[in-house]
Amino acid sequence: MNFENWSCPLPLLDYPTIVLGHGGGGKLSAELIEHLFLPAFGNPALLNLGDSSVLTVPAGRLAFSTDSFVVRPLFFPGGSIGELAVNGTVNDLAMSGAQPLYLSAGFILEEGFAVSSLGEIVTRMARAAYKAGVQIVTGDTKVVERGHGDGCYINTSGIGVIPDGLQIGPGLARPGDVILVSGTIGDHGMAIMSVREGLEFDTVIESDCAPLSELVADLLPLGGIHALRDPTRGGVASSLNEIAASSGVGMIIEDVRVPVEPEVQAACNLLGLDPLFVPNEGKLLAIVAPEKADAILDRMRAHPVAGRACVIGRVTDKHPGLLVSKTRIGATRVVPMQLGEQLPRIC
Amino acid sequence: MCLAVPGQVKQIFEANGTRMGRVNFGGIEKDVCLAYMPDIAIGDYTIVHVGFAITKVDEEAAHKTLALFRELGMLDEEFGEERPVEEEANHEVPH
Amino acid sequence: MKYLTEYGDGEIAQKLAHEIRQITTRPWALMEVCGGQTHSIIRNGIDQLLPPEIELIHGPGCPVCVTPLGLIDQALEIAAQPGVIFCSFGDMLRVPGSTKDLFRVKSEGADVRVVYSPLDAVNIARQSPERQVVFFGIGFETTAPANAMAVKMARQQGLKNFSMLVSHVLVPPAIEAIMTSPGNRVQAFLAAGHVCSVMGYWQYPPLAARHGVPIVITGFEPLDVMDGIRRAVAQLESGRNEVENAYERAVNFDGNGTAQQILNEVFEVTDRAWRGIGVIPKSGWSLQPAYREFDAAYRFSVTDIQTCESTLCHSGEVLQGRLKPNQCPAFGKECTPRKPLGATMVSSEGACAAYYNYGRFLNISAAN
Repeated sequence: MNFENWSCPLPLLDYPTIVLGHGGGGKLSAELIEHLFLPAFGNPALLNLGDSSVLTVPAGRLAFSTDSFVVRPLFFPGGSIGELAVNGTVNDLAMSGAQPLYLSAGFILEEGFAVSSLGEIVTRMARAAYKAGVQIVTGDTKVVERGHGDGCYINTSGIGVIPDGLQIGPGLARPGDVILVSGTIGDHGMAIMSVREGLEFDTVIESDCAPLSELVADLLPLGGIHALRDPTRGGVASSLNEIAASSGVGMIIEDVRVPVEPEVQAACNLLGLDPLFVPNEGKLLAIVAPEKADAILDRMRAHPVAGRACVIGRVTDKHPGLLVSKTRIGATRVVPMQLGEQLPRIC
Repeated sequence: MCLAVPGQVKQIFEANGTRMGRVNFGGIEKDVCLAYMPDIAIGDYTIVHVGFAITKVDEEAAHKTLALFRELGMLDEEFGEERPVEEEANHEVPH
Repeated sequence: MKYLTEYGDGEIAQKLAHEIRQITTRPWALMEVCGGQTHSIIRNGIDQLLPPEIELIHGPGCPVCVTPLGLIDQALEIAAQPGVIFCSFGDMLRVPGSTKDLFRVKSEGADVRVVYSPLDAVNIARQSPERQVVFFGIGFETTAPANAMAVKMARQQGLKNFSMLVSHVLVPPAIEAIMTSPGNRVQAFLAAGHVCSVMGYWQYPPLAARHGVPIVITGFEPLDVMDGIRRAVAQLESGRNEVENAYERAVNFDGNGTAQQILNEVFEVTDRAWRGIGVIPKSGWSLQPAYREFDAAYRFSVTDIQTCESTLCHSGEVLQGRLKPNQCPAFGKECTPRKPLGATMVSSEGACAAYYNYGRFLNISAAN
């Protein structure tokens, strides 16, 4: 699709806001598909307009992932629910080592939601899909009564193919492995905080929302990658805790090695939050064999989405299941799983 | 209690009859109530708690304290042999 | 961040630790009053750098932890009333009342909103004139000026739909109560730095003299806390009991005069129940009669609150420094951050939560 000359066809629609009929499967639904979804996502499978999309996939193992997106606000510095919905599932597939191929997109819209906002979200999804090299081949729209939804919820599911013989997963971390992060942490979560009612602040912080599939595809041929994880909800702390538990190993990182943008750190200081628990949407953690760490790090840093990649720690056979961090002053603290949402504090 | 952070006053204005300031905290900016700091000026640093400036940072005192810290142990010949607390052996990460 | 990050320097921390080790010749028990200091100590591992003779007893300086149970229950009742927008600092959301917490009440349909500042609650009240907006005004002296100003602004802006549920607690009476309680082991205090930014430290010399304890006004960053400890130990070792300011960049003797004036205008001293401790006379602030129209406790008639504290919970003893969290039989078993029995396990400043979250029931460090 050539996005330079594509313009939103929405002015052709009679309804400026979503009404219940748009989810009913009748004429209004068809208009939405014809004038909004098809032009944006347009691909042969979708254009068939069958009840299901028929696809040809290479033989081998398939990775299959699903995620639902309920972010508020819908638009934030650096992105929107649209990019999140595409990149989120693309990245989940990539963390299994899969090359993402096809996505579905299910929308739950609130009656009264502005069609122009939907158009903007869909445009961004299309752009993100194009950038990530995936096609959105099937979808669905439902509409709920006013007051029963936050404007727009999106679910995306996706499939991808895993190269033959590839073995990576959260249970494969080994003592001695090196822990790498692909860049600065906390950007996405603090970008959201900065526009959340009651907590707003002015900042240049932007969400780091980005597809990681190309980066992963570049790294896999080097070998030595035991586990990959994108630290979304719960941040780096939760992801590392999960892998430590799955693999039955301990992990030790160093606070001073974890890269955080100064503004993100400042925002965390202001609200009393720990960057290790703040969500990211364009970063990955890689647990790699020590002899491959240098080569993998070099390859990461050559990639636009991982220029600030660095080593943050190591896997150990001590304290299995626990993530421990060496503090700034040379002491230790355990970094636990996050319980619920991290809340700003006054104390 | 008392999560309060230092920031620099960039602008002073009035809103709803109250003295307010635009304060910069390490790059991020937020509007803060200056009602308790009638003498604070643009360029000053202030400590902010829940959206209120509660005191001015005494920059001279701040530098004096840091200088004192830096001088610590400089006259103590034994210091070089004191080992910092280690959390476990061989935790050196590559790189 | 300027005037913050420099005070976390690892090398200087090691130097301060060395200094403390050099001057310590005997066991000493120090109490850090402020929950923010407790959090800093556990999160940074400051106590791991101290010689074994120094014991840090964690004080009751966590306003979230000490908010009386009856008041929490009152807050929950108000929040559940239709049409109410209940605004609170994030810390309070998971503090358990007798049966529920604000988070649960929110999930049951109440409009509960986390705000960063009481000003945000005033703004919400102005923007939603048809709703009753209630702000949960807790805190020590540091937060009281903000809460006082919010009430004044509401009056100034003629807001009829704004009120505050007030539960302020004061530090000097708490120190007095701790020093006079039987079995007290505290020999020196690290006073709360930001409380003193507001109040100054003119209240402390009589306390230091009466009880023969050094009181060092201390900040929150690692170097500030370690310097406070160093100075307290130095005093103890030389038999002095003075009030010393180790947080000079943010504290002076008189404090913030404008703030104190407004505090005297808006609040009056009252007896206050501290959760887990009991009533400490003249240890709290409530709204003056002149501001009664903004007092949520008067505006909302709440049914008789039957408070019910868990019998397994020992947070009172923890708050008084008589028990370490990992000495409590329920710690890590019946009581965890996920299902807390008391406020000290919920609040990020609470000693029990700090111990649990930073792994203080496990022997991680070789130095332990």
